[in-house]
Amino acid sequence: MARTLLDKLWDLHVVADLGEGWSLLHIDRHLLHDLSGTAGLFALAQKGLPVRNPELAFATPDHAVSSAPGRTGTTFEPGAKLWAGLKQLSHAAGIRYFELGDLGQGIVHVMAPELGIALPGVSLICGDSHTCTNGGLGALAFGVGSSELTHALATQTLRQRKPKAMRVRFEGKPGHGITPKDLILNLIGKIGASAGTGYAIEYAGDAVRAMPIEGRMTVCNLSIELGAKIGFVAPDEMTFGYVEGRQFAPKGRLFDQAVSHWRSLPGDADAAFDRDEVVDVARVAPTVTWGTSPEHAIAIDQPIPDPADAPDPTRRKAWQEALEYMDLTPGRPIEGTKVDWVFIGSCANSRLSDLREAAQIARGHHVAPGVTAWVVPGSERVKREAEAEGLDAVFKSAGFQWREPGCSMCVAANGERVPPGARSVSTSNRNFVGRQGPEARTHLASPTMAVAAAVTGEITDVRRL
Amino acid sequence: MQPFTKVTGPAAPLLRANIDTDVIIRIERLTGLPRDQLGRYAFEALRYRKDGSEAPDFVLNQSKFRYAPILIAAENFGCGSSREGAVWALMSAGLRCVIAESFGDIFYNNCFQNGMLPVALPASDLKRLALEAADGAPVTVDLLERVVVTPAGERIGFDIDPQRRNSLIEGLDDISRTLKSFEQIGLWQTRDHLERPWIWNPGLA
Repeated sequence: MARTLLDKLWDLHVVADLGEGWSLLHIDRHLLHDLSGTAGLFALAQKGLPVRNPELAFATPDHAVSSAPGRTGTTFEPGAKLWAGLKQLSHAAGIRYFELGDLGQGIVHVMAPELGIALPGVSLICGDSHTCTNGGLGALAFGVGSSELTHALATQTLRQRKPKAMRVRFEGKPGHGITPKDLILNLIGKIGASAGTGYAIEYAGDAVRAMPIEGRMTVCNLSIELGAKIGFVAPDEMTFGYVEGRQFAPKGRLFDQAVSHWRSLPGDADAAFDRDEVVDVARVAPTVTWGTSPEHAIAIDQPIPDPADAPDPTRRKAWQEALEYMDLTPGRPIEGTKVDWVFIGSCANSRLSDLREAAQIARGHHVAPGVTAWVVPGSERVKREAEAEGLDAVFKSAGFQWREPGCSMCVAANGERVPPGARSVSTSNRNFVGRQGPEARTHLASPTMAVAAAVTGEITDVRRL
Repeated sequence: MQPFTKVTGPAAPLLRANIDTDVIIRIERLTGLPRDQLGRYAFEALRYRKDGSEAPDFVLNQSKFRYAPILIAAENFGCGSSREGAVWALMSAGLRCVIAESFGDIFYNNCFQNGMLPVALPASDLKRLALEAADGAPVTVDLLERVVVTPAGERIGFDIDPQRRNSLIEGLDDISRTLKSFEQIGLWQTRDHLERPWIWNPGLA
């Protein structure tokens, strides 16, 4: 029978059939960060159990550490014990740990691909819902809670039910100024924040095949905002080129052997999907969110939606509450909305290509009066490479703050918050109520749209700059 | 893990779509507090006014629902972040069961790890149930019989995966169950060393 990429990735990792649709799934790679990773290692120690395969786990602090220049693990005091705990428990278990300032430190989903920890065909988990980012390389990658994380540390497996298979084809050629972030926000706006619940999503189509690996990671990153904990792209020559030579990737003969295996992973041409969606990429405009769910996404030239037009009463109420929280008026253009903060960073958009594109727009402009704008590179490597290219100088001379790598203001777990009532344009992935800080108002957008907002002081169509 | 068989009590209606786990519990609360003290911070943004006083119109602040063991929600409840603290916060607030149209996948899974029962019902059943339960009249959720009993006595059946149901009823711990397969995992790994050698000893090969 014809098999999808999901079928192949799944079957590769089944240790045992547990019956009634359940599998005991082997976990090839485990990422640990300072919130869930520390807690999981601690919980395991409390149970008196060892880490079964410490050589397959990799740890780094990202959530609860400051991003301030010159920071240490104790700069954000409430996170200090988490930072110290991750370091100590990782060392005790024999798990590789990347310290602040070391190449390898960074947002887990930025560092794992760049170090060759995430590879095509591996099963990879982390106590973090954006683990799906690693699916950009063709990995079976998903986020788990603390209990499953501890289970995986103890057994190197998880008890899982196989999800249904959805395919999203991005077809056509994107217009000028359109980024992978616009494509995925457009999709979420179209099919909704729960369309992917119960599915693994395979992104396909000619626009995905032409998309650089870092863009594929951005698309996969927001799978969870569709409700799907798994999203991936079939590996191809571009993937193999990206992986080759990275620190923890196979080398020499082993690499060749891996590539021939990876070539067998793409789904069969006649494989069937439980759901199929198509996006006509040529019709996608720069996209921005207006509300408090990623599904509240509209094109930059569209008006702010009117709850009277909502498809059902529950959504009507949600739209009303979102408009009130966001302090927006239905029917008015979203473009021209004044902003106070701009955040460029997060596992959605903090890789070198994101910073290059952002810097290109920032060059020759200056952050508008009254706007605070941050650039937080996704990893120590991204930071150093960006600095080697002089991108930090471009941002700084344009009035942006250039900071240290981590999750920072995407999730505000490290005390870095958008102030109450302030309006932020953010390259992150969640515009939830209070996500960037209590009463903060978040508009999700691409890195270039974020720069456009920073330099004009309002939500702006980047194609005009 | 605390077993779950049956719960009876008020069912608080919170019928808005896409309630995410950031709204259920802010991440900063998870960096400092033990799990049994998270309850007062559950739904913090909805529950308190700017001055820190309770928002009187928030459902869990109403006397009839203050100690409700059941929450009635809408579509995609618990979407977003994987934080298991969302389940801990709900349990610390006294909840044992959430009935919703649908759930975020990771949240749904986390419920079963902690003795919390998530029940998915169609929107039409939910609305009828919420209406009947609006005055705080008791609702029963019976996992043994897989049925929700409305205040008027109507029995609404629900589907649940048999293995998940069994784990909840018996309060089984997944880790000890899987550790029984310790040798089988070892055999699988030995074979995989031959089939996918690049997976093993990353960085040393």
